[in-house]
Amino acid sequence: MSLLSVTSLGVHTSAGKALLSDLSFDLAAGQRLGLIGESGSGKSITSLAVTGLLGAGLTASGSVLLDDVEVVGAPERRLIPLRGRVSSIVFQEPLTALDPLMRIGKQLAEPIARHRGLRGTALRTAVAEALDEVSLSDVRIAKSYPYEISGGQRQRAAIAIALASRPQLLIADEPTTALDVTVQAQILRLLDDLVDARGMALLFISHDLAVVSAMTRDVIVMSAGVAVERGPIDRVISAPQHPYTAQLVGSARALDDMLGTK
Amino acid sequence: MILELRNVSYRYRKGALALDDVSISVDDGQSVGLVGESGSGKSTIVRLMLALAKPTSGDVLFEGAPLTPATIRRFRASVQTVFQDPYSSLDPRQTIESIVAEPLRSLGIARGDEARAMVAASLTSVGLPADALSRYPHEFSGGQRQRIAIARATVCHPRLLLADEPVSALDVTTRIQVIDLLAELRDSAGLAILMVSHDLSAIAALCDTTVVLHAGRVVESGRTAEILTSPREDYTKRLVEAVPRLPAL
Amino acid sequence: MTAAVIVNDIVAPPRRSRSWTLVVGLILAGAVVLIALVSLVWLPYTPEDTTGTRLEGPSGTHWLGTDKLGRDLATQLMIGARIALLVGLGSVAVGAIIGIIVGLIAAFAASWLDDTISAALDVVIAFPVLLLAMLIVAAQGASLGSVILAIGIAMSAIVARLTRVLTKRVLAEQYVTAARTSGTRWPGIVIRHILPNIWPTLSVNLALQFGVAVLAEASLSYLGLGAPPPNASWGRLLQEAQGTVITAPVGAIAPGLALIALVIGVNFLADGLRDVADPSRKRRR
Repeated sequence: MSLLSVTSLGVHTSAGKALLSDLSFDLAAGQRLGLIGESGSGKSITSLAVTGLLGAGLTASGSVLLDDVEVVGAPERRLIPLRGRVSSIVFQEPLTALDPLMRIGKQLAEPIARHRGLRGTALRTAVAEALDEVSLSDVRIAKSYPYEISGGQRQRAAIAIALASRPQLLIADEPTTALDVTVQAQILRLLDDLVDARGMALLFISHDLAVVSAMTRDVIVMSAGVAVERGPIDRVISAPQHPYTAQLVGSARALDDMLGTK
Repeated sequence: MILELRNVSYRYRKGALALDDVSISVDDGQSVGLVGESGSGKSTIVRLMLALAKPTSGDVLFEGAPLTPATIRRFRASVQTVFQDPYSSLDPRQTIESIVAEPLRSLGIARGDEARAMVAASLTSVGLPADALSRYPHEFSGGQRQRIAIARATVCHPRLLLADEPVSALDVTTRIQVIDLLAELRDSAGLAILMVSHDLSAIAALCDTTVVLHAGRVVESGRTAEILTSPREDYTKRLVEAVPRLPAL
Repeated sequence: MTAAVIVNDIVAPPRRSRSWTLVVGLILAGAVVLIALVSLVWLPYTPEDTTGTRLEGPSGTHWLGTDKLGRDLATQLMIGARIALLVGLGSVAVGAIIGIIVGLIAAFAASWLDDTISAALDVVIAFPVLLLAMLIVAAQGASLGSVILAIGIAMSAIVARLTRVLTKRVLAEQYVTAARTSGTRWPGIVIRHILPNIWPTLSVNLALQFGVAVLAEASLSYLGLGAPPPNASWGRLLQEAQGTVITAPVGAIAPGLALIALVIGVNFLADGLRDVADPSRKRRR
């Protein structure tokens, strides 16, 4: 039984333009999948469509079964119990993902209180534990506003918030693209550890082939809203079949070669 | 020696130190890469090198001498820049011709038909069609816009091209094309290049020398190949190791 | 492209309803302009002509009837159209010129000067427009010129604040830095890069201020502070028709409708302007 079952998912604008066409894939509990694509490929739209977060003016077609609940066309009240409890998203830019006017500790307390029904001291302890889990143990951080801490710390906080509701599926949409490369390595390691420890399923979205190869084994390559190739990432990189994939791999390989052998 | 920062320090008004005793120089024919993460001070270095700010101590030298009102025009014509965001570095309300011709116009190098001819030649050299002249930036993709920015930066045949994160905002497939273009210009026009970036592979593709910047100080500098294969300093080692690599074939 | 960017960029209301308002706006505002232009070459009667029967209803000889002094209402309405447009355009011109200059200065000024100017602007904006206008009119005497000046000055503070914000936004763009490194001096940057880029938003705001100015003038005239006859504006007509609104309603309805038509027409046009000014320039990522 799949945790996430996507069948012929499509998204189009009110003007009729198709942003995503005929996407199908399954994700079982604890499984990992990478979505690789550049801007305009439809990869980010996929994460929104899967959780029923498409904005007004965008319509989804096809079927998305998240924990056996049909997301496409579902009313808000049926989607709310899914968000947080079943799936959570970590976005690219923590500055916009976090509320700039709320302290970190308070932002983290909200989902914990809502999903685990904790109050008072128990809540405070849970918040401290959640921050510990993402290596944000410094007590000052809980009292800080997002702009007062670094990009890497913000993203750790965003991850903690996403995980606070104990989701079964974590969707990470370019989670490290906005971060420095040394910080990126740490955050990727953190995500890897947490996903493993909690047995979560992971949908990892990125344009960076090297990053995806470090996080997932199976990938789907997307271009202009269509899935052009899929398979184990080792095979996709060593023997790309679709011309777009070949171009993508070729460019990534050319840049990677500049750095010399590992 | 085209441009040199000699023992430059820069302190913010609030007192924080952005740069501490930094020395960097670029000579004709050289390609220097400045690699640094956020907070390293690289943006401050760019502003100082473009004479958009003055150092708190130390000197910024153009052709061996500090800038004066008399030399600034020559400086601007000799040192041109490609900026990071292709969606912000082109004035949306101007035609491509007007955008690329701006240095010619403002520095009194060429006008009218002569300017137009130089603009057309510049656009051709970056691989854009001649009919781009009368179009507007929003009609072009990110990679094409960056080419337009490069055309603008090379139209007056500068000695040094300062590239500030020129490919960071581009798709991977476009990145390699723009890097190739910059390499070609470096070789054919004898252009010196100073590239500021957090992306080591872009620097490795374009620059013979690399300067590693961390927390406002130069941590290490030397030939790019050596820095990549045998970094000496701890920070450099961490930086090189942190870059995500494709699985080996 | 991140999810957040997609949600903000792609969603846009359908175009069809927008063009409908543009057409209505053109018709309403255009009608008033037409009437004003016609009034320059032809009027049914002369404005001072009091030969008509007093407070007569609409008829063949007097299309909208007469006022309490026997003057033809249609004539007065047409002259009022001229006045309304003059005041609207005049105040917007005064407000724009003063406002844009002050706004530009504030945007470029050192922070202490910018703060001072912004505080002063806030004070002017907080001041009730009519009160400000009354002070100026009281000092200068009631005339069309003083009314235009008064409303224009009050409006300039809003224009200045908007100009300041828009200019600061443009100053943060990389193409301004690129212009500086291309050797362009600041005056050139203001003319070639700043003004063209703030104009789309600014012009929409000015178009809306036009309607505000016309209504402000009507209020001033209604309070007796506006230009005296024969430069009688619609507001003045409303004031004069006040006493006889039950027995001769056309005297109040006509100028009232005319005001509504002009202000709504210009507002709809401004809405349409907003569409034209920016749609294709939107960022595509």
